[in-house]
Amino acid sequence: MVTVLPDVRHARHIAECVPDPELPMLTLADLGVLRDVEVDADGTVVVSLTPTYSGCPAMAEMRAEVAARLTAAGYAHVRVRTVLHPPWTTDWITPSGRRTLAEHGIAPPGPAPRRAPGPVPLTLSPTRPAVPCPRCGSADTEETSRFGATSCKALWRCRACREPFEYVKEI
Amino acid sequence: MSDDHLYMTLAEGHDDDTRWAYGTGFEDPLHGVDGAVPDGIDTGELTAVCVALADDALVLAQRLAEWTTRAPELEEEVALANIGLDLLGQARLLYSRAGQVDGTGRDEDAYAYFRDADDFRNVRLAELPNGDFAFSVARLLVLSAWRLAHFERLTASDDPVLAAIAAKGVKELSYHRQYAAEWVVRLGDGTAESHHRMRDALEQVAPYLDELFTAYDVQDEVEAVLKQVTETAGVPLPVCRPQPGSGRAGNHTEHLAPLLAELQSVARAHPEATW
Repeated sequence: MVTVLPDVRHARHIAECVPDPELPMLTLADLGVLRDVEVDADGTVVVSLTPTYSGCPAMAEMRAEVAARLTAAGYAHVRVRTVLHPPWTTDWITPSGRRTLAEHGIAPPGPAPRRAPGPVPLTLSPTRPAVPCPRCGSADTEETSRFGATSCKALWRCRACREPFEYVKEI
Repeated sequence: MSDDHLYMTLAEGHDDDTRWAYGTGFEDPLHGVDGAVPDGIDTGELTAVCVALADDALVLAQRLAEWTTRAPELEEEVALANIGLDLLGQARLLYSRAGQVDGTGRDEDAYAYFRDADDFRNVRLAELPNGDFAFSVARLLVLSAWRLAHFERLTASDDPVLAAIAAKGVKELSYHRQYAAEWVVRLGDGTAESHHRMRDALEQVAPYLDELFTAYDVQDEVEAVLKQVTETAGVPLPVCRPQPGSGRAGNHTEHLAPLLAELQSVARAHPEATW
């Protein structure tokens, strides 16, 4: 008897298209949390996900949705594993994911900081390059709060068009 | 679940008491992670490290959550709640790891909800009441500076799961420390009233510093950070006699038991229930 292994490319495509529960305009592939899709020796589709934040409540939903969609597509054996290392970074958000964020009025992150030991930066004025406004493009913006409605976002406002906006902060 | 919004099902009516709550994210946070313990690791010691760090995070997260609806501004309330959520996430991962290595098979809920104050190993600084906003940010500065320095060491842990939890936590704690440091400077270098509040806050924090430094070797690094921030704020960190005893040995203030009573009330009222 010939065993037909599941089509890994099709399985990968299905997993890639699962939307993020908190940022539903992005897919898990856009967000960079989908690390790998492979088929192991006994034909199980193994999907590897990396959580964004330690307290992110969406991991279980992502896992369930990936498994449900692959099962619905006819894959009989699906396993979703969590990969903690290396930790997720906003650098893994894809270029198309960044464009999609901006189109939805959310400023995409800049490059993640490389942490170096030493003093805490303590200038109370803005210490980073200004984030351009995702609505009007002006660079005349300011941070109103480094923490927002979800772990991954900060609150900013544009001084030119007066609109508040969210910003995915680098991590 | 299909294509419906994932959270829509939460709005449906429920009338049974076999569940503590309806929501998302209640699954074991280490689900699907390779939990094998490498040879040669002292599992008792690894468990103790995980539990102490988880207890610090859980207790401080509870204090931070108490600011909800009480913070001076909405932005600060959102910030404190977010920091608490990060810490709660770290606590869940660490309790789950402790349960994997301690040989009892306990889960995160057993650690969080079914131990009494004497069994908690958090430092007492985490359990002290919130006081005013100055005290809360001064405490947050100390605890996040210490935790960040310690987690950086732990990224080289022989236990790959603890090392990975620490590497993730370092990124979060950098934001926490930055937030707290900016507020300490803003208050210390602000009005006469805010300066006076920050001076009082640091006086209350100082007796609990020693407790952080007994078991680990990050003292110099943390003290350098605190010195830098408090000097910029114009409020020197007082040198004072340490409080006797240690939360790491299970000696707690009278404030921990009421905090736990609230935190554990639902789980203990329905001990057979699940998430």
